[in-house]
Amino acid sequence: MELLIVDWGPYIEKFVLIVVVILTSLLIAMYATYAERKVAAVIQDRKGPNRAGPFGLLQPVADGVKLFLKEEIIPLTSNKFLFILGPALAMITAMMTSAVIPWGRELNLFGRNISLEIADVNVGVLYIFGVVSMGVYGIMIGGWASNNKFSLIAAVRGASQIISYELAMGLSIIALTMLTGTLSLSGIVKHQMSEGWNVLYQPLGFLIFLICAFAECNRTPFDLPEAENELNFGYHQEYSSMKLGFYLFAEYINMFISSAVMATLYFGGYDIPFVDETALSASWGQNLVTILGTLALMAKIVFFLFLFMWVRWTIPRFRYDQLMDLGWKKLIPLALANMLVTGALILWLNK
Amino acid sequence: MQALTNKIKVLEQTPMTFMERLYLPSILKGMGITFGHIFRKKATISYPEEKRPFSPVFRGLHVLNRDEEGRERCTACGLCAVACPAEAITMEAAERKSSEEHLYREEKYAAKYEINMLRCIFCGLCEEACPKDAIYLTETFAPSNYTRQSFIYGKPELLIPDPVKEPEAHERAKGVIDAHKQNMRNP
Repeated sequence: MELLIVDWGPYIEKFVLIVVVILTSLLIAMYATYAERKVAAVIQDRKGPNRAGPFGLLQPVADGVKLFLKEEIIPLTSNKFLFILGPALAMITAMMTSAVIPWGRELNLFGRNISLEIADVNVGVLYIFGVVSMGVYGIMIGGWASNNKFSLIAAVRGASQIISYELAMGLSIIALTMLTGTLSLSGIVKHQMSEGWNVLYQPLGFLIFLICAFAECNRTPFDLPEAENELNFGYHQEYSSMKLGFYLFAEYINMFISSAVMATLYFGGYDIPFVDETALSASWGQNLVTILGTLALMAKIVFFLFLFMWVRWTIPRFRYDQLMDLGWKKLIPLALANMLVTGALILWLNK
Repeated sequence: MQALTNKIKVLEQTPMTFMERLYLPSILKGMGITFGHIFRKKATISYPEEKRPFSPVFRGLHVLNRDEEGRERCTACGLCAVACPAEAITMEAAERKSSEEHLYREEKYAAKYEINMLRCIFCGLCEEACPKDAIYLTETFAPSNYTRQSFIYGKPELLIPDPVKEPEAHERAKGVIDAHKQNMRNP
């Protein structure tokens, strides 16, 4: 009976929130595949998928069913345990990042204030970094366990690429945290609501972060781990059925999450531009403003998703040495300089 | 080094300027170009609903023609089979009986007439060889099936619909043939 005395409310609300966030990111990832094909098509003067359902909207469902029904093949010479662990890890790490992103202000339901953030960790930024860099283990393990030269090359490429770009990304974030004075993502959003969006103060930092986000998501122009024309299919060469689906899906979830992180860190998160939310919630009600804020965040995320696709279908892939050059010789010095200048300015202005 | 031809053109290669080395301006320019393409007219033709107009000399699947009264024109002379470079046509001739005058135009007819559509190269030589206007290449194309056997077209698949019994279907098929004939005369 002791257990029943505990207030179950927070547990239930967190559980519901987790389910909603995960389902939303899955749904968005599903339709990101559709959007990718559509964007690619219109950029190349084609029409894109338009057969399954109205405007081809059922295309992702058809793709998913196809992937599920395909034969599951595990190569004889592969390491079976790691072969299965690879896609599982890629998927799990992709989903885990969504835990610390503040999806909106507080909802007032059933007499209690519900925060739309699964876990308001005070080191949210560090958590994101930790989990995102674990995502590369999915690629590494999958590529290694396949026991295939191309997959191995792809895995090594992926690992070294993430290491090179993580540094510059971290340095650009340091400048940001010096500005906001907190590592908590909700804290960063609140700071932006009062002071203005971070992108105005940190345009260079944002640019570095954006480039690194492209590299971290293995998106063109940095999609060397799956460079089709060099490595056949890269690290998921030997995968079939839903294990392949998980890899492809994880890529889109990663895109969604990094769009959300970029929107949160640099574009004010759930902040509606040019609107004073506290004044508005007094007249319109708290819940409506919260939902509008979440929609604003979603709009920013959709813009970034479009940017990801737009860039993919515009720019050709970097060569591997160019990639390393850009990472180590350009971005890291630039991020360091950005950090130093930001620090100096903060010290000077605070005096 | 001595030049081997006088066509050599020395290209001026200046080192890249700072803006060029930055690479970002050219990325933005490229993105502008791709964004412009979003609003361009699409080149896609939604195939089954919308069809591309054929060239006047297009050669598709064959039909065996009938005359106005619905009698088969083919007399099984075998000139088409002789003309066929792919040896896709086989036929067996038979003699018309007195009760079959409404079925066959001349005294001799093709009891069996087969074209192997997998062998056929759609050159149209059969059509040119035919003295009786009996075989024509239509604008029908892209047949699909599961077995090779089904691509050996016999008389049921090849014969044009009867103008007396199925006038509409005949008109449709004949329209294609007439246009085709016109084009063959004055290409």
